[in-house]
Amino acid sequence: MATYLEFIQQNEERDGVRFSWNVWPSSRLEATRMVVPLACLLTPLKERPDLPPVQYEPVLCSRPTCKAVLNPLCQVDYRAKLWACNFCFQRNQFPPAYAGISEMNQPAELMPQFSTIEYIVQRGPQTPLIFLYVVDTCLEEEDLQALKESLQMSLSLLPPDALVGLITFGRMVQVHELSCEGISKSYVFRGTKDLTAKQIQDMLGLTKPAMPAQQTRPVQPQGQPFISSRFLQPVHKIDMNLTDLLGELQRDPWPVTQGKRPLRSTGVALSIAVGLLEGTFPNTGARIMLFTGGPPTQGPGMVVGDELKVPIRSWHDIEKDNARFMKKATKHYEMLANRTATNGHCIDIYACALDQTGLLEMKCCANLTGGHMVMGDSFNTSLFKQTFQRVFSKDFNGDFRMAFGATLDVKTSRELKISGAIGPCISLNVKGPCVSENEYGISGTSQWKICSLDPTSTLGIYFEVVNQHNAPIPQGGRGAIQFVTQYQHSSTQRRIRVTTVARNWADAQNQLQHIEAAFDQEAAAVLMARLGVFRAESEEGPDVLRWLDRQLIRLCQKFGQYNKEDPNSFRLSDSFSLYPQFMFHLRRSPFLQVFNNSPDESSYYRHHFARQDLTQSLIMIQPILYSYSFHGPPEPVLLDSSSILADRILLMDTFFQIVIYLGETIAQWRKAGYQDMPEYENFKHLLQAPLDDAQDILQTRFPMPRYINTEHGGSQARFLLSKVNPSQTHNNLYAWGQESGAPILTDDVSLQVFMDHLKKLAVSSAS
Amino acid sequence: MNVNQPAPPGVPYGQPQPGYTGYQSGYGGQPGPIIPPTPYGAYNGPMPGYQQLPPPGVPRAPPSSGTPPASTTARVPSGQPAYGQFGQGDVQNGPSSTVQMQRPPVSQPFVPAPVAPLVNQPAPFQPYGPPPTSTQVTTQMAGMQISGPAAPPPSALGYGPPTSMASASGSFPGSNLYGSYPQNLAPPTSLAQVHPGAQTPQRSAPLQASSFPPSAAGGPRPPSIAGPSMPGQSFGGPPVSQSNHASSPPPQAQPPMTGPPGPPPPMHSSQPGYQVQQNGSFGPARGPQPNYGGVYSGAPNFGSQPGPPQPPPPKRLDPDSIPSPIQVIEDDRNNRGSEPFVTGARGQVPPLVTTNFIVKDQGNASPRYIRCTSYNIPCTSDMAKQAQVPLAAVIKPLARLPPEEAPPYVVDHGESGPVRCNRCKAYMCPFMQFIEGGRRFQCCFCSCVTEVPPQYFQHLDHTGKRVDFYDRPELSLGSYEFLATVDYCKNNKFPRPPAFIFMIDVSYNAVRSGLVQLLCEELKSLLDFLPREGGAEESAVRVGFVTYNKVLHFYNVKSSLAQPQMMVVSDVADMFVPLLDGFLVNVNESRPVITSLLDQIPEMFADTRETETVFAPVIQAGMEALKAAECPGKLFLFHTSLPIADAPGKLKNRDDRKLLNTDKEKTLFQPQTGFYQSLAKECVAQGCCVDLFLFPNQYVDVATLGIVPHHTGGSIYKYACFQVESDQERFLSDLRRDVQKDVGFDAVMRVRTSTGIRATDFFGAFYMSNTTDVELAGLDGDKTVTVEFKHDDRLSEDGGALIQCALLYTSCAGQRRLRIHNLSLNCCTQLADLYRNCETDTLINYLAKFAYRGVLNSPVKTVRDSLVSQCAQILACYRKNCASPSSAGQLILPECMKLLPVYLNCVLKSDVLQPGAEVTTDDRAYVRQLVTSMDVAETNVFFYPRLLPLTKVPAESSAEPPAVRASEERLSKGDVYLLENGLNLFLWVGASVQQGVVQSLFSVPSFSQITSGLSALPVLENPLSKRVRDLIDSFRAQRSRYMKLIVVKQEDKLEMLFKHFLVEDKSLSGGASYVDFLCHMHKEIRQLLS
Repeated sequence: MATYLEFIQQNEERDGVRFSWNVWPSSRLEATRMVVPLACLLTPLKERPDLPPVQYEPVLCSRPTCKAVLNPLCQVDYRAKLWACNFCFQRNQFPPAYAGISEMNQPAELMPQFSTIEYIVQRGPQTPLIFLYVVDTCLEEEDLQALKESLQMSLSLLPPDALVGLITFGRMVQVHELSCEGISKSYVFRGTKDLTAKQIQDMLGLTKPAMPAQQTRPVQPQGQPFISSRFLQPVHKIDMNLTDLLGELQRDPWPVTQGKRPLRSTGVALSIAVGLLEGTFPNTGARIMLFTGGPPTQGPGMVVGDELKVPIRSWHDIEKDNARFMKKATKHYEMLANRTATNGHCIDIYACALDQTGLLEMKCCANLTGGHMVMGDSFNTSLFKQTFQRVFSKDFNGDFRMAFGATLDVKTSRELKISGAIGPCISLNVKGPCVSENEYGISGTSQWKICSLDPTSTLGIYFEVVNQHNAPIPQGGRGAIQFVTQYQHSSTQRRIRVTTVARNWADAQNQLQHIEAAFDQEAAAVLMARLGVFRAESEEGPDVLRWLDRQLIRLCQKFGQYNKEDPNSFRLSDSFSLYPQFMFHLRRSPFLQVFNNSPDESSYYRHHFARQDLTQSLIMIQPILYSYSFHGPPEPVLLDSSSILADRILLMDTFFQIVIYLGETIAQWRKAGYQDMPEYENFKHLLQAPLDDAQDILQTRFPMPRYINTEHGGSQARFLLSKVNPSQTHNNLYAWGQESGAPILTDDVSLQVFMDHLKKLAVSSAS
Repeated sequence: MNVNQPAPPGVPYGQPQPGYTGYQSGYGGQPGPIIPPTPYGAYNGPMPGYQQLPPPGVPRAPPSSGTPPASTTARVPSGQPAYGQFGQGDVQNGPSSTVQMQRPPVSQPFVPAPVAPLVNQPAPFQPYGPPPTSTQVTTQMAGMQISGPAAPPPSALGYGPPTSMASASGSFPGSNLYGSYPQNLAPPTSLAQVHPGAQTPQRSAPLQASSFPPSAAGGPRPPSIAGPSMPGQSFGGPPVSQSNHASSPPPQAQPPMTGPPGPPPPMHSSQPGYQVQQNGSFGPARGPQPNYGGVYSGAPNFGSQPGPPQPPPPKRLDPDSIPSPIQVIEDDRNNRGSEPFVTGARGQVPPLVTTNFIVKDQGNASPRYIRCTSYNIPCTSDMAKQAQVPLAAVIKPLARLPPEEAPPYVVDHGESGPVRCNRCKAYMCPFMQFIEGGRRFQCCFCSCVTEVPPQYFQHLDHTGKRVDFYDRPELSLGSYEFLATVDYCKNNKFPRPPAFIFMIDVSYNAVRSGLVQLLCEELKSLLDFLPREGGAEESAVRVGFVTYNKVLHFYNVKSSLAQPQMMVVSDVADMFVPLLDGFLVNVNESRPVITSLLDQIPEMFADTRETETVFAPVIQAGMEALKAAECPGKLFLFHTSLPIADAPGKLKNRDDRKLLNTDKEKTLFQPQTGFYQSLAKECVAQGCCVDLFLFPNQYVDVATLGIVPHHTGGSIYKYACFQVESDQERFLSDLRRDVQKDVGFDAVMRVRTSTGIRATDFFGAFYMSNTTDVELAGLDGDKTVTVEFKHDDRLSEDGGALIQCALLYTSCAGQRRLRIHNLSLNCCTQLADLYRNCETDTLINYLAKFAYRGVLNSPVKTVRDSLVSQCAQILACYRKNCASPSSAGQLILPECMKLLPVYLNCVLKSDVLQPGAEVTTDDRAYVRQLVTSMDVAETNVFFYPRLLPLTKVPAESSAEPPAVRASEERLSKGDVYLLENGLNLFLWVGASVQQGVVQSLFSVPSFSQITSGLSALPVLENPLSKRVRDLIDSFRAQRSRYMKLIVVKQEDKLEMLFKHFLVEDKSLSGGASYVDFLCHMHKEIRQLLS
């Protein structure tokens, strides 16, 4: 097993790929019986400091329907200078540049260690990155001030040649012209009127330039920046100007009478931002960064009316079909998101407010375009400030950790077809022969567009084995998949990253143990969770849970070792042992449970779940709990109420929150001030240890988690208590008063009960 | 009386006979030879009846000229006949015994020649019988007009009238008579004319016309002239006229005149005028003809035909003998200018508007506020209908007063507000009767009795007057103001001080012409002069700025900003105001930002290439801004072009000269779309007044663009082809005045009257949403509302008729006030009283507004005709009911209305009702709207310009030189004249003016070196120059709009422009000369009387 774990880890590090199954059942029938689909988590731009990009173009298979990239799995005839495509078996001539090729002199892409390789392509115009700030001015003075400072600060983080633009909104929407001296100009739009892209461009005076732009772009790319120069300017030229402009930004001046919400035209502002970029810089990397401090209250995309007495929709309202504006608003933002995605731009949403801000309706803007979604209480918090700063963080090369306008092209060998993908992408609707009719997620295509991605953006890609049941194991015994990601690097280069992976086929009937052993339960859990969450977006919660349960039971039935009708005999092999636990926590997670979460929160959690890599996703599903004590070094402990002990400090990382929890005794000690006594310095160190560890996490994670420092009995302890497995509750009285753990006041089932039921059902012949 | 006087003329007629014969012979002889007959026929065809007369007159005229005054009388008859012919030839024939008798024979002979059969069939008179003649006449008229340009017709016209004039004048001696009339026969003053043979002549005229041409052209006339010349005075005239009638050709005759040296002399003396009128060419013809040559191409032809001896045409009315506006004005000045006009008595006719007088308010509103067409109202509607005299009041509620007169007192009744009648809601005024010891008062309008509020109670003295009578303006004065309570405010909230928003077109045209630069520069200083109330330190008015082309740019000029902010709104389809705070600001607080803005605007748009503009959205924006600021205000719009950009209120160029004189002509005065009307309504509701400054290079559709300014009580200023160099002064001057003037906002005016009459119709720049309340978003001291009253019951002579005009408005400091004007009029049961208390200037004001509104719905011709017929009815009614019996041939005018014909004629031939070729559709629409809100003084001078000779009076004298009549024949070649009509100002320099004068005025050595079209006089230190410049300045100071000076040299191209304003002459566009028109009027009257 160790070998498999290493194999998996090695593969992940090299290719950024984790498959649910690392040995593939060779027939469709067997594959379906595996319950967990053949799928992988792909991190297209996984950071590879050890992988220098090559400065030439990839060699493509000449078959028009294939166009796979030359890779280490290809058979090469060095004499004839031919290579055979390992996907379509087309024999291809090497291009002239490869004349000197030989076994001894191989190009990088043929070397096995370059199963993932990155090409830099020198073609097309290089347009600078574009950042369009869309700023809500209906904020409290403090918030606005903080936001202004953050924005001003961000100017210094941007690449000097990047283009920036500014749109502010409140009751009206203002598009600021940045090039003017002496007088600041802005174009103002009514916040209540939906405008077509054409109208917006007309009104911004972009129509005329746009025409020649389309015609002359190939010829005269230089002319382009000039066109929209009024609204989008290179940072280095106008940062002073823009800093001043931001400095002068005032709160929306329109009076807000008591009992009303300020009128906030988020829908129109976004629409204008999208229209502006659409008309000026289609298909180049651009971020629309929306900063909003409340729900849209007027115009298209309004989420709630301006009457304060009418609260914003809750899950309860939605279930009762009582959310008046939800459908319309969602439709508006979906339309915008699709347009944005079509143009290769992305929308980030930074929503900071105590109440909901309409993320539920707006989520598609970020989800479909690969944009960020950040939710905080106020712009004047480190959560927002640092998160925002981290957007502009740089990698080991000094490049921004962001890429734009990517297309992901997936090629499979003939025994496989593509069922779909789940992640921050949209379909490009390329229906090739390798597209399955069995659909998961965003399906019906072999290519997706990812408008924005960073090194951690991860997609779940689902496949279907199409080999017939009785057909032999395919030639060569391996199936291959190639992921071709073309994108605009933050340095504005066009790059192509190609990852080619292969896995062995196995006959599930007689080689099931191989397959079983090659099961990656972590990847499988995340992939199943993504499916579940994807379903949850459109289906009723209970249905999804039922579906997940059924899948789990079926898996257990398939791979468990048990005697029929004897729950006690049930055993799972090591490669499956953790899987039920993941499912247990997944069922309790905010991705599937909306209880106690607002619709906005649910959207926020789901958004991040659908784009983070495996590790982070697992943390989200099953938070990590570390225990600090005098008994030894910090250790991970069970996410269980029994881990909550009086003499321990607990550090829980749920991805969204970092909770430090002082046990009862520890808290008392601290209260007594022992940490300040020189003789109890070790106590001080103990207190400090989790803080340092938490700091490490806070420093790296995006978005920055909510940092909670609490203790036994503290109100904030609920964050911890709601996550741990309620093995001890007020119900199982026998545990009351026992020395270990703390009872959780809940009616939720505990893992033990869950497992008992699972065993019972798995061994039952009825199901 | 005068009437009788005409009789003598009769004698002269007798004389003419010889002439006739002469003519006859001539006709007879020549007719044959030349083809012209047909053309004449043609003329006859088209010409309207009254013009026919002229033709005949024309020929006479010349002779008359030869024969001085005497001839006039003689001619008179001849003219009259002509009328008779047209209108009621038969009837007239009957009455006009002697003279006619004589003529008939004469005419007969003529007749035979041309249309022998017709003529013969009827009796001598009969032949002329109405039907045939009239038709012919009309046809002729038309022809004449149409062919206007051609020599013959015009001349004919001119002549025609002269003759008629002559008749009139005959009866009415010259101005002297007028002078005397007032004294002796003041009321009935009438001009009597004998219509002796006229009829015949006329008839013969048409007929002859056909035959004439040849004859006329030929020698025949000359001989006749020769012969008549002597008798011509008396008789020669008429005969000639007859012949002339026939031969509209008379003009032809004249041309010949030019040839012959003989005729000239006479021409000079009296005829010059006529010549000027239409044939102005004739006069000048001798020397200057070349200039006119083009126009009067006909002349040459004539010349060719008969050639030399033509001079005879002599007979005409003596212009000096017909009522002269100048004389009337002078007399009134002399008689009434010296002492104050005290308004205490009921129904007093105030002095003319041209007279300077002081008003003492003793219970009635000053005529500066209200003027009536008549100060004596018929008691019954039957009488009113019979007289046809419109009962109207021209009200200028916020009129500016001369410094000697105190502005209305402001009365504050505290929280209870003004005391009002319970029923009709009339405000407390001097005519309210306190009864029961002062505990109640009876309303003077509706007779309802109302309790006097306790706090207002006061005891009465023995005469029934309240003891505090003299302490309370509302009890003792005609005009006063109340402070309004909150009940009088919109939404029951006291208004906020108004705001001015400057909205500047920054499209290519505006920038290129230099307008934007100029305006921004000017605004910087102008903003210091916003209107302020009383002695306020600074103006309460806030200002805002917008520029626009296809989109709108709002500016945030909040005082806290380091630099202005511009906000562009491109969504013109759905206008809104993008900012709240910082748009409307206090000038002093935001001065640095404003100055910075005004500096930058010209720069920002210096390179603009945007040529399209929007218009309606701009107004919407301004209105929305005021709405958002919850205040009334005024928009100053500076606009250059037809708004063709895609936006609400988009217009297309629909100017089409082909529509002129068709039924569709009215569409040119109507707005293109109904959009602007509803926009105007919204503006009024918001108290948003719009002043529009137009700088068009081409058609901008003033008729449509002007809708909003018009309905919101705003003004329109138009500067065609604006060039900074030449138009700067005028524009800036207008702008300054417009910005600085005191304005009332969000006003509602209500006119209440005594039971018996009712205000039924309103004219002016305002909006009405119901039938009684005149709503004005803005109202300044130049705006006038004309109100027409109709009877709905009987009035009593005892009670008289009362008018109370109440204006509720917001002052420029944001105070809500009520201004009340009261006026009491007499009532009469005798028509003569009515006619004795009329005010012609006011009447003309009403008629002009009525007519100008009429063109929106009816063809222009219909409007003109109805004007003429209404006036004819007025005068006929007088003649029938008030004048002492006299010959039907006499034209008798009431003293108070003796200028009605000349003024009416001016209205008729104004650009709106009878446009010349050079008058654009925009000009007409512009003038139409201007006139609609003019007051009496403005209409007076607008329709009858002032013409002052400059060198007649010693340069040292400070007095204004006596005006002369607006006719070319009054111009002396050796003099310099100043002409103004309130909109235009000309300095006309005669060709043979003294070099010294030229030198001292223009600083050039000779006439030829004067730059034609000069718009300013050099500042020279000599008495004449100084005097002229002072005069010009004083003219400008009197008018609400700056008049740009144009220097016109005699016989220069520009002179055409100038001549357009010589309103007593025949106009190029076909307007009749005074004399012609008077004849026509006379004819109409006679027709009515018969």
